[in-house]
Order: sequence, then C-alpha cells, then structure tokens
Amino acid sequence: MSDHHHDHGHHPHPISDVQARARALESLLRDKGLLTPGAVDTLVSAYEQDIGPLNGAKVVARAWTDPDYKQRLLDDGAAAIRELGFGGLQGEHMVVVENTPEVHNVVVCTLCSCYPWPVLGLPPVWYKSAPYRSRVVREPRAVLAEFGTELGDDVAIRVWDSSAEIRYLVLPERPAGTEHFSEEELAGLVTRDAMIGVQKVEAPA
Amino acid sequence: MNGVHDMGGLHGFGPIRPETGEPVFHQAWEQDVFASVIALMAQGVYNLDEFRHAVERIGAAHYLDSSYYDHWLSAAELVLCEKGLIDQTELERRIAEIKAEPNAHTRPPAGGEDPLAEALTQGLQAGLPAHREVAAAPRFAVGDRVVTNNLQPPGHIRLPAYVRDKPGVVVMTHGAHVLPDTHAHGGDESPAHLYTVRFDGERVWGETAADRPAANHVDLWEPYLSPA
Repeated sequence: MSDHHHDHGHHPHPISDVQARARALESLLRDKGLLTPGAVDTLVSAYEQDIGPLNGAKVVARAWTDPDYKQRLLDDGAAAIRELGFGGLQGEHMVVVENTPEVHNVVVCTLCSCYPWPVLGLPPVWYKSAPYRSRVVREPRAVLAEFGTELGDDVAIRVWDSSAEIRYLVLPERPAGTEHFSEEELAGLVTRDAMIGVQKVEAPA
Repeated sequence: MNGVHDMGGLHGFGPIRPETGEPVFHQAWEQDVFASVIALMAQGVYNLDEFRHAVERIGAAHYLDSSYYDHWLSAAELVLCEKGLIDQTELERRIAEIKAEPNAHTRPPAGGEDPLAEALTQGLQAGLPAHREVAAAPRFAVGDRVVTNNLQPPGHIRLPAYVRDKPGVVVMTHGAHVLPDTHAHGGDESPAHLYTVRFDGERVWGETAADRPAANHVDLWEPYLSPA
C-alpha cells in the first residue's frame, strides 16, 4: 500500500526506468481523471488483504465435508463458489475438476496468465513464467515431480489450459487421517499449489 | 499471432523456480501498474482481449527479457497511445521529469469521496462475464470428435499452436462466449459457442515426448473447430 510506496523523500536517489514509467503512466491517468488514489488503494488492498487462496481453501473444505455442496460445485462451479461469498473478476465462469486416485488435474495458461482470482488471488510469478507455461502441457509428470508430487504410472494426468474465460480450480483429494477434522481445520491444510494442481494436500504430521 | 507468448510445448526455458513466502506484489511500482490496468479495463477504456493482444505486441525480445508487470506496463503504454488517450511525447516528457526528480508526480494519499473507487469495489464483485445468449444452436455436443483448424492469423487468437490442426473430443460445452479474435480488434463481440476439447497427449507431443497417460484440455470457440 501507499505507506511504503514513496520512501525516498529525504534522500532522493536514482529511480529505475520501470519505476519511472509506472509512475508516469499512473500520474498521467490521474491527471486525466481516469484514476484516483482511492482507486489504486482499493484494487491493491483487495488482492493483498481480502482475495487469496484462503477463499479457495474454504470452498475445498466445504466440498470435503458436504457431499451435496460438492455436487453443486462440480455441476456449476461459479454458483457454488458464490454461495460462500466469492466470485467476480476472473472467476465469472468456473469449472472445478476433481482429483481421484486415478486422475490428477493441473491448471495452466500457456498464452498469458489466466487464473481464478476470486478463489486463489493473483497468481505467483512461477505460474506466469515461461518454464511453467511451456513445460506443464508437454511434460506434466516431470513438472509435478519438481514440485515434489510423484504420481504412479497408472494415474492419468489431465492438463487444463485456460485459453478462454473459463477458470479452473482443482478439488484435491482429502488426505487420510483427517476424518475427525472440522471444516475450518481442513481449510487450514489446503494450499494454493494443491488447488492449481501441482501438489497434493498433505495429511498433518 | 504466432508470437513468443504462445509458449505451450516450447523447449529451453529451464526449471520452474517457485518462491517461498512470495508477496502479492514484489515492488510498489507493480501495484501502480496493476491498479492502472484494471481500473482502465473496468471503465471500458479497452477490453480484456485488446489488452491481451497489446501484451502480445510489446516485442518478442522484450517479452522474454522483462518481468510480468513490465509486460502489463508496456502493453498499457502501447494501447493508450494507440487509442489517443496518452500522447507518446507527453509520456516521454513525464518519464523524463520523474527521472530528473524522483519525487515528482508521486501519488497523494487517498481521501474524500471517490466514486471510481466505489465503482471498482462493485466491479470486482460483478466481474466481466463473457457468456452471451445467442440464437444459434451449438454445432458440437459432448463426445463429438473434432479437429482444430489450421488458423494462423497475424492478429489475436486463442488457439494455442500446440493444438493447431489436431484431433480431439469435446468434453464440455459452455454456451456462447465473446470471441477474442474480433473483440481484440475493434470490440465486436461476435459471440460463438465455446467448448472444452480433450487432446491425447501422445497425439499432440509424439510418442517419445509424451508423458503417459496424459491429456491436454483447451477451451476453444466454434470457429476454431471442424467435425473430424
């Protein structure tokens, strides 16, 4: 946010090209009435404070504990996710794909950086990077192994390339040994990477 | 366009390097760029497909050699200059002023009534749905065998090269969605039926290249597909 934004007031030092370009754009847009300080704060704080993988974890935990909800989630992802209060930009059309002992799903956007913002927040750098985008469609098993996810040869891998406005969320397998966990405790186990599909949800140690 | 953004299946980019404890934004300028790009899209200055196509046109060498939010910044500069909202000379003068005086043109604190901020809060919740009702019935149904067309236009398209001219099977139908090919070039939505198509990994990548068993799924509009 803006409190650590302009920290060079007392000792001006050279500013990088990209910093200067970003401020030039932002300030020109303010001058033209297309942007306000409040608009910047609103958008930044939405994704820094409010919208992140905890939302997706709540969806997954609900699906693990409520079979009817899980069915609604698999039938109409966006509507079921909206039941928990999440939705909107970059999550208008959601498809939830379920991992099973036989099938493992993993999500990518090879053409840009499409990602289900309302449930996972903004994507990490690696998801948007050339190595992931180029490789996971061709060699998903090797990519998953780099994330520590070793799958048996009999497990079918399904790679979902988000080339349109459909956004994908992986419903991971519920780990063994969590039968007595509350929904909230389960949500605490679910990671961003498991909902992208590069990892599994680990049972608690 | 056949650009470097179309990365599926390319070799030579090395290992994936996840960052532990990664922040949402790494630097303050990334926040400025993110907010600028989203706020303009929400106000309809450009649409998402125009912006994506601008990212594709920032220059191949620059695309491969710069960070993600630099892509966004370069694309915003490009599309705003093209649309005449910002003048190239004015932009260069502003950059020079900031380079000469690092505190110049800093953003003042937010305060007071801000209708734009309020509209954006609502806009994030509403999103920008791409689904459209159309009279035309879908040409394909789940289970239909299709083949992707060999489309290589110089403009925007969302048919990844690795599934061009390949056989597949429809596994989901999504109704009609805004067609990026026209939406990116003048804003005509031309809604067309959208399908998720499954491709066999061996068929796409060759027997020796493919992880088995694996399948690639790609979301494709009806004009990208023919009956197999």
